[in-house]
Amino acid sequence: MVRYLTLRVAQAIWVLWAAFTVSFVVLYLLPADPVSIAAGGAETGSPADPAAIAELQARYGLDQPLWQQYWTALGHALRGDLGYSIVTGQTVTQAIGETLPSTLGLAALTLLFAAVGGVGLAFAATATRRPWLRNTLAALPSIGVAVPTFFTGLLLLQLFSFHWRLAPAFGGHGFSGTVLPALTLALPIGAVIAQVLTSGLENTWRQPFVDVALAKGGSRWWVRRKHVLRPASIPTFTIAGVLVGHILAGAVVVEAVFARPGVGRLTQTAVLAQDIPIVQGIVLLSAVIFVTVNLVVDLIYPLLDPRIAARHRSVRTGTEQGSPANTLDITEEVALRA
Amino acid sequence: MIRTRHRIATLAGALAAASTLAACGSDTGGAGGDAGPPQPGGTLRYGLSSAPTCSDPAQASSNQTLYVTRQIVDSLTDQDPETGEIRPWLARSWEAGPDAKVFTFHLADNVTFSDGSPLTADSVRKTFDSITKLGAAKAPLANGFLINYVGTTAVDKLTARVEFSKPNAQFLQASASTQLGIQGEATTAKPAEQRCDGSNVGSGPFVYTAYRQDVSATLTKRPGYAWGSDVFGHKGEAYLDRIDFTVVPESGVRTGSLTSGQLDAVSDALPQDLPLLEAANARLLTTPNPGVPFGFQPNVTRGPLRDAAVRQALLPAIDRRQLVDTVLGPQFKPASSTLASTTPGYQDLSTKLAYDPAKARTLLDQAGWVPGGDGIRVKNGERLSFNVVFSQVFAGNKAIIELVQQQLRKVGVDLRLDLVSVPESTARQNAKDYDSYYYNTTRADGDILRNSFTVEGRNLNVRERIPALDEVLENQLSAADTTARLALIRTAQERILDNGLWIPTVELSQAIGAAGTVQDLKFEASARLQFFDAWLSGR
Repeated sequence: MVRYLTLRVAQAIWVLWAAFTVSFVVLYLLPADPVSIAAGGAETGSPADPAAIAELQARYGLDQPLWQQYWTALGHALRGDLGYSIVTGQTVTQAIGETLPSTLGLAALTLLFAAVGGVGLAFAATATRRPWLRNTLAALPSIGVAVPTFFTGLLLLQLFSFHWRLAPAFGGHGFSGTVLPALTLALPIGAVIAQVLTSGLENTWRQPFVDVALAKGGSRWWVRRKHVLRPASIPTFTIAGVLVGHILAGAVVVEAVFARPGVGRLTQTAVLAQDIPIVQGIVLLSAVIFVTVNLVVDLIYPLLDPRIAARHRSVRTGTEQGSPANTLDITEEVALRA
Repeated sequence: MIRTRHRIATLAGALAAASTLAACGSDTGGAGGDAGPPQPGGTLRYGLSSAPTCSDPAQASSNQTLYVTRQIVDSLTDQDPETGEIRPWLARSWEAGPDAKVFTFHLADNVTFSDGSPLTADSVRKTFDSITKLGAAKAPLANGFLINYVGTTAVDKLTARVEFSKPNAQFLQASASTQLGIQGEATTAKPAEQRCDGSNVGSGPFVYTAYRQDVSATLTKRPGYAWGSDVFGHKGEAYLDRIDFTVVPESGVRTGSLTSGQLDAVSDALPQDLPLLEAANARLLTTPNPGVPFGFQPNVTRGPLRDAAVRQALLPAIDRRQLVDTVLGPQFKPASSTLASTTPGYQDLSTKLAYDPAKARTLLDQAGWVPGGDGIRVKNGERLSFNVVFSQVFAGNKAIIELVQQQLRKVGVDLRLDLVSVPESTARQNAKDYDSYYYNTTRADGDILRNSFTVEGRNLNVRERIPALDEVLENQLSAADTTARLALIRTAQERILDNGLWIPTVELSQAIGAAGTVQDLKFEASARLQFFDAWLSGR
């Protein structure tokens, strides 16, 4: 386990370095330079003053050669200093630190709604024996994924905020201010959970061990809960990284619509203004989140299925190669064991 | 704590708005006049369309930033939005030297900053010195106003003498600007970044009580304020107890929040929202921005626009009335000169800009541009085709330029649209990579013509010296006599058009959506909001 963790941490560091470097290169390949935007003119579209641009470039060290800027930025980043926003002059850590709680709150409620809705829908779709109802319920996630977040958000606002005045339209804090944006964001994410879990439940249900369990006299509900749910949920955990990506990307739209001061909106304004230090800080933050989520998921697998832990041990003794996250053959093994 | 109060205020506002159901008249222009005598008190909740970039008036340039920062500082002078005249504010009187290099201000007595320190001539010196220290990068507009600044001398406690190394006649108007608003030493001693965190100390009618970058700004009334400008509608303290600015980027949400009573006023209301606003008893407050109206600035070194006759022919080829009627709506105006109609010294040149496609065709025929097979004119194998680089900083830009494209096609000119992001637009403009560049600039002083059109200025025309024009633009800076200066600015507008250096289209207007309860919310001379006289009725 120690070696496994060391490997994962080394992997995480590599991912962070790559994220930093790629974002640095991409941002510097863009046609405009951020200082001319910051030096005025961006608001009205009227031209900026060349002297002011030169002054600002010197201030942020942007007049130095590219490789030198890269080393300086990397060195600072290693010490936890991500620099200053070119637009507002705030430190990057401060700007992100102020916006993070709002987005974390939004993400937590979103996941709760999405999990309850997605799992509920998947259960309903696979439990019913009526084909028409099963087909109808199974088709719902496609709609959830297809409807643009922007549209859902404005629709919910129109009804719950402008018409019935049940929730604030902007700047929401607390539960009443977070419920509408979380619902908006939970719709596509819950849909993905429902889709993946439905197919997991259906596949597992078709395995021979289910027949064995049913033949032994277990009720359908009992078999589903005791034997099917755990292995069927593994693919859902596998896509956790994708779901986190959905939340981060969706937050950009949702936080703009609901005027929430979160990381998504910070991303949007920073990208529009090409505020390179802020964008880089957000890229790094996203990388940390992805790496952490995937690590946590990998650690959850053994809890869901003891045989994966057994494989960890075999990896350590070198008897078997392969990623512990590989879940493709799990249902087969489950079937064998049953 | 602030959050809770905010929610209570939101609830109260919702109830108030729910009880007003009367249909609205067609009063979309001015403030409602029949609401009775002003009542002090209350919180005005305002929705900004984008975040203020900084809490410091000196570093402010965007409209949304200025709506906030204008309220916390007083300026040496104020500018009458009706006449453009400079009127007393912190300075009760002033003298300008004969060559517009020295300006002496006599300050009002007993004025204090919000931290209790007194306003003195030294405050003026420290404010202006700190602006030059911020530099053109952090405070581009303020440093432009203080061009060739030598220093400020405190002649006595309440007399400040500001000196420039070269004539700077625009400075008197600039002394009325938010950017040159006087701040206390608690602020002016700080570095640029720390002046952005909402700690600014001014002598204005409101003070910051909370400032969260990208989120909100809360201003409260300054008790005991008694040194308002001569332009203000009343004496003493402001009426409003509090102004809550919240950033609401999505325009549909701003309008919905206004009509459902969650906000009292919002920025950048769209013309198409007008029926919704009127149905909710709200109004649209508008004013045309002074400065250079929207238009095309030709690069005279590239393509057919090198030909002065082509540039001349473009002026009558554009139907500006149609642009306004089709794309923008009644609160906008067609451009009628190189300056917008609300700029002091504006010269009405609408006869030169009258729509006359026959005249355009004749000019092009005479210059040897003859229609080719596809209707686009050709001369010596060159097609009469040029591009325009523009960005969507103003939502109507694309539709307007598309309509101009159709209008120009009718006279045989091919306009190619090059819509770019704001960053790329800046890059293209720096590289002078465009046939023409489309934009506008807001400034309530004709000196904006010098910034935009002299060879030494930004010179997006990429032109050589034209003595008859450049001399006029430079001389207006040394004309201490206002009448003489305005005459020079009038001449400059005409010469810019005659050289085809600006092809104007429409004047930008500010459009503020305001609930029926918002009274006397006014625009200052530079078309930014002044909340001092604003009050809430029917609370």
